[in-house]
Amino acid sequence: MAEIIHSHKSLSTNPLKASTPLGASLAYLGVAGSVPLLHGSQGCTSFALVLTVRHTKEAIPMQTTAIDEVATIMGGSDNLEEALINLTKRMKPKFIGVATTALMETRGEDIVGDLKLILERRQELRDVRVVLAKTPDFAGALEDGWSKAVSAIIDGIVEPPGSAVSLHQQINILPGVHQTAGDIEWMVETAESFGLTPVVLPDVSGSLDGTVPDHYIPTTFGGSTIESITHMGRALHTVAIGEHMRAPAELLAEKTGVPSTVLASLTGLGPSDEFVALLTTVSGRPAPARLRRQRSQLVDAMLDGHFYFGGKRIAIAADPDLLTGLAGFFTSMGADIVTAVASTANSPLLAAVPTARVVVGDLQDLEDSAAAAEADLLVTHSHGRQASERLGVPLLRVGFPVFDRLGAMHRCTVGYRGTRNLIFEVANIVLSGLHEHAPEDFSHALPIVEESRHAGATTATC
Amino acid sequence: MSEALKARIAGVFNEPGCDTNVAKDTKERKKGCSKPLTPGAAAGGCAFDGAKIALQPLTDVVHLVHGPLACEGNGWDNRHASSSGSKLYRTGFTTDMTEMDIVMGNGEKRLYRAIKEAITRHNPPAVFVYATCVPAVIGDDIEAVCKHASAKLGTPCIPINAPGFAGSKNLGNKLAGEALIDYVIGTIEPEIVTDTDINILGEYNLSGELWQILPLFDKLGIRVQSCITGDAKFRDVASSHRVRLNMMVCSTALINVARKMQQKYGIPYFEGSFYGISDTSDALRMIAGMLVERGADASLIPRTNDLIAGEEARAWARIEPYRAALKGKRVLLYTGGVKSWSIVAALQEIGMEIVSTSVRKSTDNDKDKIKALMGGDAHMVDAIPPREMYASLMRGEADIMLSGGRTQFTALKAKTPWLDINQERHTAYAGYDGMVELVSELHRAIVNPVWQEVRRPAPWDMTVPAGLLESAC
Repeated sequence: MAEIIHSHKSLSTNPLKASTPLGASLAYLGVAGSVPLLHGSQGCTSFALVLTVRHTKEAIPMQTTAIDEVATIMGGSDNLEEALINLTKRMKPKFIGVATTALMETRGEDIVGDLKLILERRQELRDVRVVLAKTPDFAGALEDGWSKAVSAIIDGIVEPPGSAVSLHQQINILPGVHQTAGDIEWMVETAESFGLTPVVLPDVSGSLDGTVPDHYIPTTFGGSTIESITHMGRALHTVAIGEHMRAPAELLAEKTGVPSTVLASLTGLGPSDEFVALLTTVSGRPAPARLRRQRSQLVDAMLDGHFYFGGKRIAIAADPDLLTGLAGFFTSMGADIVTAVASTANSPLLAAVPTARVVVGDLQDLEDSAAAAEADLLVTHSHGRQASERLGVPLLRVGFPVFDRLGAMHRCTVGYRGTRNLIFEVANIVLSGLHEHAPEDFSHALPIVEESRHAGATTATC
Repeated sequence: MSEALKARIAGVFNEPGCDTNVAKDTKERKKGCSKPLTPGAAAGGCAFDGAKIALQPLTDVVHLVHGPLACEGNGWDNRHASSSGSKLYRTGFTTDMTEMDIVMGNGEKRLYRAIKEAITRHNPPAVFVYATCVPAVIGDDIEAVCKHASAKLGTPCIPINAPGFAGSKNLGNKLAGEALIDYVIGTIEPEIVTDTDINILGEYNLSGELWQILPLFDKLGIRVQSCITGDAKFRDVASSHRVRLNMMVCSTALINVARKMQQKYGIPYFEGSFYGISDTSDALRMIAGMLVERGADASLIPRTNDLIAGEEARAWARIEPYRAALKGKRVLLYTGGVKSWSIVAALQEIGMEIVSTSVRKSTDNDKDKIKALMGGDAHMVDAIPPREMYASLMRGEADIMLSGGRTQFTALKAKTPWLDINQERHTAYAGYDGMVELVSELHRAIVNPVWQEVRRPAPWDMTVPAGLLESAC
């Protein structure tokens, strides 16, 4: 059991968190034909947009209600209405996901009520689906925003199952904010290999996976379609990844009666087995030969790789679910978690992280603790680069944002294949840090060195 | 918004040093210089963003953002302003306000404690405290907190009052400048004063561009007391009020600082650019002339002319090998950050053709220069909607686009060569060497065979070549 340490600092140094509305925007970007709309000042959108572009290396549709001084005093409802109308006219989206920001939530308006009135009044918005998540920056972080946005989509778009019988065996997949396009591709392929038809919400593997369309599209192209979201109630089962997806999974179950399973993580042999066991049960089919082969490859990678994990001192800073999953993975390979920093305390699983204490804090906490514990490897997002440089400890980039490396959206670290990749990646970092041994590496050997020097000196004088 | 902030914004809008502003009538001037934002169709940063951009390159101070997470959390350490010393400016500091702070009205107390924690750990020469929307709405008085903290803790705490909702990035630049004038510049007397001291305003040392220029000044014996704010130390900026001349590089950003320094300390200023060969030469000539006028040794002028002649010849000689490959290539120039006309002139000199250039942030003076260079205003555009830009590039109307990160993917998705000329780039393009670098980068981008590769038709769009199967055996 880890002790959860809450920071009493007034100063956050080198933030670990990315903001809640940004998390919501990322979820909205997983819907086809979508434009996320941040209800706040234009900077709220600008910062979120730039960071998302740097992470995905893609053009990102994201808009703002551009709250100015007047709206700050008089209320933001008119801006919200104008923004919805303008962007519908200009970009012709099928879906607009509104995320509120700290500025609007501090004012404390009835934004939900306002939106309802706007949608009733404005005919121009008839053909676009609009949902809203209340995501002030002062509460939670990336995972919370993502989770709330998915709940908002389920709440607004999923229809209760009708009498229509589904022709195919559908399974709903609710990935967490830490899942990349590459991760989702593995989940989808694996589900399909059991004869299941997966519906993924949100599906960034269709929208943020970096493709070159043959014409100009101002909204997202690809992602979960409104049609498929509407019919999520036809599924046999829902599988959600990460504790932060429990609330959306439960909402979906409540709305449709589709039973759901929340898997804490998909990284590592055990978690991957759980996912495969679930698919086997839901589909009633045995695991296909190719998947069995993948599992065997992973087991072999664990055998080859464990030499480079055993006893290694790992310092991780991440959002709670990513932290929980990675800590479990590293521990299962024989490494020790010497530092664990979580962005928020919003997960009951933090107490189960295999380490003495989990600090709810920032990257300064990571740096200080990693230095004190003489960590061998830092594991966090790209902003860990300064700590890595200062401490001279290598950095494994995970989570959001990864802006100083290419391919963040295609990196797969889930399932048999992804875990195998991750083992190789970590082992190669360790391997590249190995150095040829010198006598001074072995302090107990020093007296012998002294002796031989003495002997040499004697010889020379003879 | 506090009355003090309102008055300051009104003051900034009434900037007599700005040509555009002077040309307006009273009514127009009162409306301010930022265009009203259109909800759902706005782009660009807020006033806080602008203030942070202008001041963040100050390397040795703590930049502390008072607000909920997003303002600093989503944007820290995101530029390539380089430092020759302290790396403190790359550390993200924020009060990360919680719901509790807001509901209980604890913002000011939290801010004070945060300032104290930062000083205790880092012992900086100053703390810059940035206001954001939420503390402004709940009425946190950052000026009062800074005053109290400065007195109590003995470290100057500088309030930067530019909450996001106050306006655009550009307004934020100017509010940052106001803070420098009110709280920083002139607070420390310089140790040395020479008759060739200058400041450079509005240069941020992105990717080390300042260091492309400084050797030129060294050769001439001109001392740059302070670059505001590229690679700056607090002490240098605080004691920058005794120089002979201010050169203003990015005119829209810190003109109020230049004008107020003239008013307060009698320092003349001029506007120049280090982008492009002839612009760099003009700037050097201007500086030498003005310094001599103000008492510097008259030999500075012939020495400057000699340096210019040597540097220009060397730059053109280094550009020559690229000329053949670049001649006649068509450029779409789309930027607000870099002076379009200085680039236009340089590209034309090596025989490239400018398809069109954006003039979004250009002054009338800039536009006149472009007109003169390009013959008429047919190729000047304000903003190109991304859809049209994409269509134009797909039709092959340009061989390369030069722009900022925002339009990067419009070019790349149209499979068109693209070069970053805005703040996020890793390459330095200032001065003579910078122009050579730009030409070499242009060349590298255009001749890359990858453009032929990515335009190859997919196998399913082609007829199978006869004999494919036979040759495979």
